[in-house]
Amino acid sequence: MALNYDQAVAKYEPTLGLEVHVELNTHSKMFCSCSTEFGAEPNTQTCPVCLGLPGALPVVNGKAIESSILIGLALNCSIAPFSRFARKNYFYPDMPKNFQTSQYDEPICVNGYLDVEIETDEGAKQFRVEIERVHMEEDTGKSLHVGGATGRIHGADYSLLDYNRAGIPLVEIVTKIVGGTGKYAPQVARAYVTELRDILRSLQVSDVKMEQGSMRCDVNLSLAPIGSGALGTRSETKNVNSLRSVERAVVGEVVRQANRLETGERIVQETRHFLEESGQTRPGRSKEQAEDYRYFPEPDLVPVVPNSEWIEVLRATLPEKPSIRRKRLQDEWNVSDKEMASLVNAGLLNVVEATISLGADPARARSWWLGEISRLANEKEVDPISLISASQVAEVIQLIEAGELTDKLARQVVEGVIAGGGTPVQVIAQRGLKVVSDDSALMIAIEAAIAAQPDTADRVRGGNIPAAGALIGAVMKATGGQADAAKVRELLLKHLGKGE
Amino acid sequence: MAAISRDDVAHLAKLARIEMSEAELDHLAKELDVILGAVARVQEVAGADVPPTSHPIPVNNVVREDVVRPSLTQQEALSGAPAQADGRFKVPQILGEE
Ligand SMILES: [Zn+2]
Repeated sequence: MALNYDQAVAKYEPTLGLEVHVELNTHSKMFCSCSTEFGAEPNTQTCPVCLGLPGALPVVNGKAIESSILIGLALNCSIAPFSRFARKNYFYPDMPKNFQTSQYDEPICVNGYLDVEIETDEGAKQFRVEIERVHMEEDTGKSLHVGGATGRIHGADYSLLDYNRAGIPLVEIVTKIVGGTGKYAPQVARAYVTELRDILRSLQVSDVKMEQGSMRCDVNLSLAPIGSGALGTRSETKNVNSLRSVERAVVGEVVRQANRLETGERIVQETRHFLEESGQTRPGRSKEQAEDYRYFPEPDLVPVVPNSEWIEVLRATLPEKPSIRRKRLQDEWNVSDKEMASLVNAGLLNVVEATISLGADPARARSWWLGEISRLANEKEVDPISLISASQVAEVIQLIEAGELTDKLARQVVEGVIAGGGTPVQVIAQRGLKVVSDDSALMIAIEAAIAAQPDTADRVRGGNIPAAGALIGAVMKATGGQADAAKVRELLLKHLGKGE
Repeated sequence: MAAISRDDVAHLAKLARIEMSEAELDHLAKELDVILGAVARVQEVAGADVPPTSHPIPVNNVVREDVVRPSLTQQEALSGAPAQADGRFKVPQILGEE
């Protein structure tokens, strides 16, 4: 009889370890001046350094070091007074140098922590996740395996390599062993990655998009019988590319390992791949022949020795902690936990805050960004904030509040701005999108509507106010939807002797 | 006691994906042992007061501004490749790895 998750955690204690890789958002690569821009033609952003050509000499990107130190400070780490790069030697075509420049025993940041909050049966509870290290390295190239039935590497006839991504700055954040979570291991893992993502976003050091691979998580997990005090053999699950998947991967591995242990089978120390569809993992490369990367200090790069003044300058630029900021904004805007979560998850918190600070009403700012603009962004499969600026949205909202635009017209203005029609004011001028608020112009349309539907008008005069809807509709139609419906209603009822 | 065994050399050859014959392994193990022996003598000279060094010049914090400069063209990048397809480097299939 196979154990389910609840049965598994009733018998076994899970121990977690999380490794998160983050692509930094620098303009140029880690050790050369090639662009990091996504989506270029293959092998158009390479040079002798990132192609590993003989004699090429790397130089570190200063901005990447700053970003790494900022990450360490935000995670309560000590910044190493002396730090060095190391060569991680392995022979695989995704790294044309035959090594990855990384850090080994002298990482830039060590010994931090991150407190996360989860919901338990006894209410909200805080867990401290300790951070072992934050180190700098570089991303690898992209392989395309051609031939074979599955598109996977087995059975592939050959591989095609694009090195545009090779050398993009990566930061790896490694936790210490996270124990004592009991059955809450999946929630703790997810809360940690979520909080980490929010912190990195607030630092503006990465665009932290898990779906697009700029933030990737490896989940290490082992089980031991409850009360044994022992540590089991761990598996490392890669390819976990969403917050939900982090949680599911932990559940999947707990169940898999518990059932192996139940039947007396051994847990193999290995890399496993997360399967998005089933929430299970499948074995990857076995690590039983122990990794042998033959690390040694990188002779082409000089040590990084951050002085304390520099560190303090960086520390002074640390933004408000995301958890504290979220609480503050939620109070200021008076919104529900759920709406707050959608703003955060959509990555719209900053832009909504900016829109409001430019004078827009908070409720309208939220609804425009989460609603219409997100919808248009979805259609175009782009980021909402790439479509329109906070100041343009604030301008549109202020025009709505001034009664110069209806919601319907405002949507047309926003669409116009997004289509490249210029500023809201320019779009309004070009397309003639102004509310018809001139009473005399509206009265002409109202009288025409009454003349066309005399029976309806009589019913309204007789006290059937809802019947006015047909007349208001006719006026709106006659004015091309540009009239303010509330204004039309007010004028119409007054004209028919039913005004307040 | 040799500084490097024949098994060590076989292991390194495997990591580097270099196919070596039995004769080559025997030959190389001996040669490498001589080289390592020579380096070991140099190591004896360094006292406890000499820290291990990774760079010949005692200089720290050499960094670049985060500025993009022109890269090679695709054609230039691929010019030394033994094989290419679709603007990419073409390499033989890789066995036994994910
Ligand atoms: Zn380059």
